[in-house]
Amino acid sequence: MATSPQLETVESADYLNAEYGVKSWLLTTDHKRIAILYLASITFMFFIGALFALVIRLELLVPDGTLVQADTYNKMFTMHGLVMIFFFLIPSIPTVLGNFLIPLMIGAKDVAFPKLNLMSWYIFIVGAGMFIYTILTGGLDTGWTFYTPLSTSFVSSSVVIGALSIFVVGFSSILTSLNFIVTVHKLRAPGMTWGRLPLFVWASYATSVIIVLGTPLIAISMALVALERIFGIGFFDPLLGGDPLLFQHLFWFYSHPAVYVMILPGMGIISEIITCFSRKGVFGYWSMALAILAIAVFGFLVWAHHMFVAGISVYSALVFSFLSYFVAVPSAIKVFNWTATMYRGSLYLTTPMLYALAFIGLFTIGGMTGLFLASLGFDVHVTDSYFVVAHFHYIMVGGMVTAFLGGMHFYWPKISGRMYPESWGQVAAAVIFIGFNLTFFPQFILGYLGMNRRYWHYAPQFQVLNVLSTAGASILGIGYLLPLGYFAWSLRYGRRVGDNPWTAAGLEWKTPSPPPTHNFPETPVVTWEAYNYAELPKDIEILREETFAGD
Amino acid sequence: MFPLWPISASTMARQVDGLYIFLIVVTGTVTLFICAVMLIFIFRYRHSKHPVAEQVTGSLPLELTWIVVPLGVFMIFFIWGANIYVAEATPPKDSLQIYVVAKQWMWKTQHENGEREINTLHVPVDRDVRLTMISQDVIHSFWVPEFRIKADVLPGRYTTLWFRANRTGTFHLFCSEFCGTQHSGMIGKVVVLDGAKYQEWLTNGGEMGSFAATGQKLFQELGCANCHRFDTQGRGPNLVGVYGKPVLLSRGTSVIADDAYIRQHILNPGFQVVAGFKPIMPSFQGIVTEDQMLSLVAYIKSLATPQQREPVSNRPPVPKSAGAPEVQ
Amino acid sequence: MPEISQSAALSFREAIDRHSLHEHFADLPQQREAAKLGMWVFLATEVMFFGGMILGYIAYRNAYPAAFQAGSVHMLFVAGTLNTALLITASLFVALAVHAAREGRRKALVWCLAISMFLGVCFLGVKGYEYYQHYLDHKVPTRTFQWDGPDPRHAEMFFVLYFFLTGFHALHMIIGVSILAFIIYFAQRGRYTPEYHNPVENAALYWHFVDIVWIFLYPMLYLVGHTHV
Repeated sequence: MATSPQLETVESADYLNAEYGVKSWLLTTDHKRIAILYLASITFMFFIGALFALVIRLELLVPDGTLVQADTYNKMFTMHGLVMIFFFLIPSIPTVLGNFLIPLMIGAKDVAFPKLNLMSWYIFIVGAGMFIYTILTGGLDTGWTFYTPLSTSFVSSSVVIGALSIFVVGFSSILTSLNFIVTVHKLRAPGMTWGRLPLFVWASYATSVIIVLGTPLIAISMALVALERIFGIGFFDPLLGGDPLLFQHLFWFYSHPAVYVMILPGMGIISEIITCFSRKGVFGYWSMALAILAIAVFGFLVWAHHMFVAGISVYSALVFSFLSYFVAVPSAIKVFNWTATMYRGSLYLTTPMLYALAFIGLFTIGGMTGLFLASLGFDVHVTDSYFVVAHFHYIMVGGMVTAFLGGMHFYWPKISGRMYPESWGQVAAAVIFIGFNLTFFPQFILGYLGMNRRYWHYAPQFQVLNVLSTAGASILGIGYLLPLGYFAWSLRYGRRVGDNPWTAAGLEWKTPSPPPTHNFPETPVVTWEAYNYAELPKDIEILREETFAGD
Repeated sequence: MFPLWPISASTMARQVDGLYIFLIVVTGTVTLFICAVMLIFIFRYRHSKHPVAEQVTGSLPLELTWIVVPLGVFMIFFIWGANIYVAEATPPKDSLQIYVVAKQWMWKTQHENGEREINTLHVPVDRDVRLTMISQDVIHSFWVPEFRIKADVLPGRYTTLWFRANRTGTFHLFCSEFCGTQHSGMIGKVVVLDGAKYQEWLTNGGEMGSFAATGQKLFQELGCANCHRFDTQGRGPNLVGVYGKPVLLSRGTSVIADDAYIRQHILNPGFQVVAGFKPIMPSFQGIVTEDQMLSLVAYIKSLATPQQREPVSNRPPVPKSAGAPEVQ
Repeated sequence: MPEISQSAALSFREAIDRHSLHEHFADLPQQREAAKLGMWVFLATEVMFFGGMILGYIAYRNAYPAAFQAGSVHMLFVAGTLNTALLITASLFVALAVHAAREGRRKALVWCLAISMFLGVCFLGVKGYEYYQHYLDHKVPTRTFQWDGPDPRHAEMFFVLYFFLTGFHALHMIIGVSILAFIIYFAQRGRYTPEYHNPVENAALYWHFVDIVWIFLYPMLYLVGHTHV
């Protein structure tokens, strides 16, 4: 099918060319432009975090390496964790894909509070700026978990500014989430009932609720650490009767739900991708939606599973271990349902689909190892070891980053109006998959063997597995650079696309690519169910043309 | 070659290994199954071979199955792990008591016979050993991978750990909670010796006297004995037989006089005043180190069982009662 | 004559309403509901923020009840009670202001907000006075802290919580007072109508929330040690 005639004229008004100039971008209130601003910011922060990871893996090539000194190494893993979690993983899908897609998916012209949306981005920039300042003025070497009294009384790095930068960037999250919650409640087009929402909207909504309720706790944790350091007031000081475990409770009460903040939007994206490339509605729509909500609720009830050996009572430990198994059930439901969605579908192995399939496999492994960790007797041995490091990287990188890349590929034509080169996409996906597994699978073995996390030097018998891990990391790094390259290339040379190159379901695909500033000329009226693939053409438009595969 | 599985050197290790293998087998099977199913679907339902999707979008029985069955399996994981954990939290009654003080960046261990070690811990094989631990500064964690046991070591509070080594040899000790610059250097060895060799090592240490005797000396030097007399005349309670028993506090509640109670009392006496006594005990915060504190605890503990007592001045030959302290 | 001025007045209001409607909303009611929901969501985050500190208070008070009781005895009971009265009265006037806004009574709106703002500033003044007294009394928990009684360290922890809780609360009061100042300015210029006065409603919600936090802090900090007054 040929592209529709109007796209031959380059000057059709879309959000990208509606206005020109730096000011029009920096003062925009268009959710789509704000999404692009965020895309640039989080990509930048991702590569800073990746640089820290590079130093870590290079140092760990030999058991007693001196590429960096111990203090510097401690700063590397601390800042790697903080940058990746707070300045990449938590914002990424919500602020980029969420901002771009939610109004489009529900038939709205923008989010509920567009100016607040822009302010959220500026707050993010201030927080990121403060963190970069922290990096440049001595860094942070407390571990991303800031445990007291180490962070309050025993290190001399830039803890105050670092902690406050987290406080600030937390506000950015909160305001974005507030915006999304009100948008989903109040700005849905007529006929767009909750039961017709794409699962990505459900996932973004649940994520926003978690952020709104949980982030203030990290704010207060960081504020208390900063106040203790600034004024010498010993809130966590054992000398005053202060309890270091109180900090851990306050910290993990946020930081555990935070991991669901990181993964839920990714799960939403996977549902969008798998349905499109199976040409089928999702298996068990309401189970999937309720599973998302269940993950959000249960996610708040399990925080002390990070503290099984910290000195909590046996009774607490039993309760938290028990509850941790409950949060695994909805995640399992999702994995089974995605697989069942593919059953008797009509599958295309495009780049987004490859990422989605990788997500299912890697998230499953990560999730399964979470079951290991929830088992008390097992956790005692491996907590604080590389087993845990491998577990969360399987979920965060194997899950979340994979989903982000899948989403970026799937929505790139909508966002930019251009298609990326598909064969490069597939190559990059394969490189990333191989590199990722080589990096992190050996770490499960290392953890059980006895290699501790946050160790600058390690026992010599762990070296071979560490070398494998570093080799994998270099491959992974190359894999991440590839999309950066070909997405940029596609902005100039990628083929232009019509409204719905993937012939996908959803309101967002009923707009031009890229969409105009106000999304819809008139508010649409929705009369169809979500994922109505039965009513759509069975073939994917862009894949019917031979030229696509040859790009 | 490089190892892929750690040695098992304690009674707990085999149990944890068993759990691990069970977890691997069950979750591995399910994971492989899911991957296999996906591969089959990719092959069977690829667009070129299966051009039209069939809208199979739900099945309540199937969904219920894959909610209930995983939950059941998870409960097995939970119970198995919980059993091990509860056992690890319950030191057997006649455990050999060893004290551990952690500080940046070394481990100081103290045996009851007075033997002290830095970054090493000698223990006998096939004997229950209980560690009472505290940190002088930040949170550390005591991990012996070959025993599969670990516990955080906290400032301001005692934590305990027990194990029973069932194999002689030298095993790694790692600090397992990030504690600053030399965290990865805060490592040591646990040396498990068979009975005879252990006795030999124990008595070779020199004439420093038992740990409780060190505490007794301190008890005298710091003036504790002036108020805590062993008769009813003291301004403070008689400490004989106090350890491990309930103590009535002036605010009406009662607490067990355990290690934590003794430590708290020495550092912050005003917090829990004993019924019938005036709040005049001075604080020894900053005067007593954690090592010294443990020796005092060991000494007071020794006052609980008459036969372990050392002869001291103003001590009655036979304690009047082994119950609550006498009230003025 | 009267009919012309009445229709002129109506179209002035209509003009404000039309100007107040942001283009991505379908109508004013939708915008109003969105604004209100947004404020409630924001207040939920504030509840969690103070909740974290209150959790700390609960943990430590449970562990050191006698010291917390003794610490509370040193609170300035009269000042705290006066402050409670000031804040509750301020909330009353804020509620009256919202009522006035809903009925389009501009003068009443401005006066009620001004009184609330004044009472809020008085609250801050009294708080400042208390802090100063604590400073003179060596009850500020830094190296200058002095305590003559048993258990000084846990008593100091009480004061840590006192200053943190009331400090964050005072910060929110300052923000609330500033917000009221803005609202008064716009109200004075006739910016709000019965159909559009979201900022007034939302500012009121915020103010009531800050008041409710104080309703928790007052017994937690002042009444613990003054049950026999």
